[in-house]
Amino acid sequence: MGFKEYCFKKSLWVFHFGGASCNNCDIEILDCLTPRYDIERFGMQLVGSIRHADVLLVNGSINQKDRIRLLEIYRQAPKPILVVAIGACGCTGGIFAEGNTFAGPVDKIIPVDAYIPGCPPKPEAIIAGIVKLMKK
Amino acid sequence: MAKDLLYYLVFPGFLFLAVTGGFLSWADRKVTAWLQFRKGPPLLQPFYDFFKLLLVKETILPAKGSPMTFLLAPVLGLTGAALSGVLILLPAFGMKSGFSGDIIVLFYLLTIPSLTYIIGALAAGNPLASIGASREMKLIISYELTFLLIIAAVILKADMAIRLGDIIATQQDRGAFCGSISGVLLFVAFLFCMQAKLGFVPFDMPEAETEITHGCFIEYSGTAYSLVKLTKYMMLFILPAFICTLLLGGLRSDGIHLLWTILKFMGVLLLITLIRNTNPRLRIGQAMRFFLIWMNLLVLTAIILSYYDL
Repeated sequence: MGFKEYCFKKSLWVFHFGGASCNNCDIEILDCLTPRYDIERFGMQLVGSIRHADVLLVNGSINQKDRIRLLEIYRQAPKPILVVAIGACGCTGGIFAEGNTFAGPVDKIIPVDAYIPGCPPKPEAIIAGIVKLMKK
Repeated sequence: MAKDLLYYLVFPGFLFLAVTGGFLSWADRKVTAWLQFRKGPPLLQPFYDFFKLLLVKETILPAKGSPMTFLLAPVLGLTGAALSGVLILLPAFGMKSGFSGDIIVLFYLLTIPSLTYIIGALAAGNPLASIGASREMKLIISYELTFLLIIAAVILKADMAIRLGDIIATQQDRGAFCGSISGVLLFVAFLFCMQAKLGFVPFDMPEAETEITHGCFIEYSGTAYSLVKLTKYMMLFILPAFICTLLLGGLRSDGIHLLWTILKFMGVLLLITLIRNTNPRLRIGQAMRFFLIWMNLLVLTAIILSYYDL
């Protein structure tokens, strides 16, 4: 592993995109930042601007309106960017998969690097998923 | 000539400032983590962040802005920070005694980083960035008067010496300025000015993450943002060094004094971090009132007290 990749993997900054979520996944993502789980150990930070992000966390079912915004956010992100789909809705569509306004799971809209299923996934599962992403 | 170049680029200059500033930034984050009962980032984290931004990430230019100004602003800010660092550290380590009036030059050089944040933010063409820029501007207006008054008080206490070397020499003769009542008042006011200059929490409204998502720096990415980060690391070293020089008797690096210097320095850093972690963010109007009325009154009291040698 080269120096560049090593630095990249040691400092993944996370940007959180919530689609039409029921907020359970959002709360579990916030849990990762709390003292108990503390993802800053791995050098991860939650950033507010997509321009600073290295990882785009997408959760919730993506409907027609979210789709446009998700594409716009992905287009504005500085490359290389990793996309992680979190929760049943992000990975497959979950219970919304046959809804009227549903615009497809995340991987139909933008390329996804890791899937973390669960409804909602535990913080341990989210951390395990991101660590797998770092080792990839 | 070659020695001067070495001063500016390697020892108290660019390289030394950047590396030490990086470690200090790690210390700041680690102490923050401890205060929140977390474990905190690894030792080399600031360097990973910097090299990732510098080497890996793409730099995006604003479509509706001025790309050249946007990119040059962080370079200018870095230059200002590095120059002020050299001018402070050469007298502080006792390598040179500085030139007459360098304390006034330093006052202007220390403003340059904040000024370039404003220029860069206004060139970005983003509404949130311009809110950040306007807040930064108001913050500069409010704390610079206090900062100037503190410097005036220090000059008064040092018998009208306007050379940094002379101020340090006076303190080494008569004990640090912080040992008197007026010195303590000045120290408190300086601490808050420093907080505002660094953009730390009670005064972080120009880059409020949760409110205007990094404000001034919202459009920066890649290399340009890495330079901004480097400027921030350097300022985290320069301003505590400046307070140690002006009020705590300079940074001596011979023998046992080295330990004392490090203790002073880490003490100041710990104070900043503690203030940062135990306070909420102020509104910009509250911050202006805080500096323009209360801090100025505090420093004026200190000036009057030091006139009577207290």
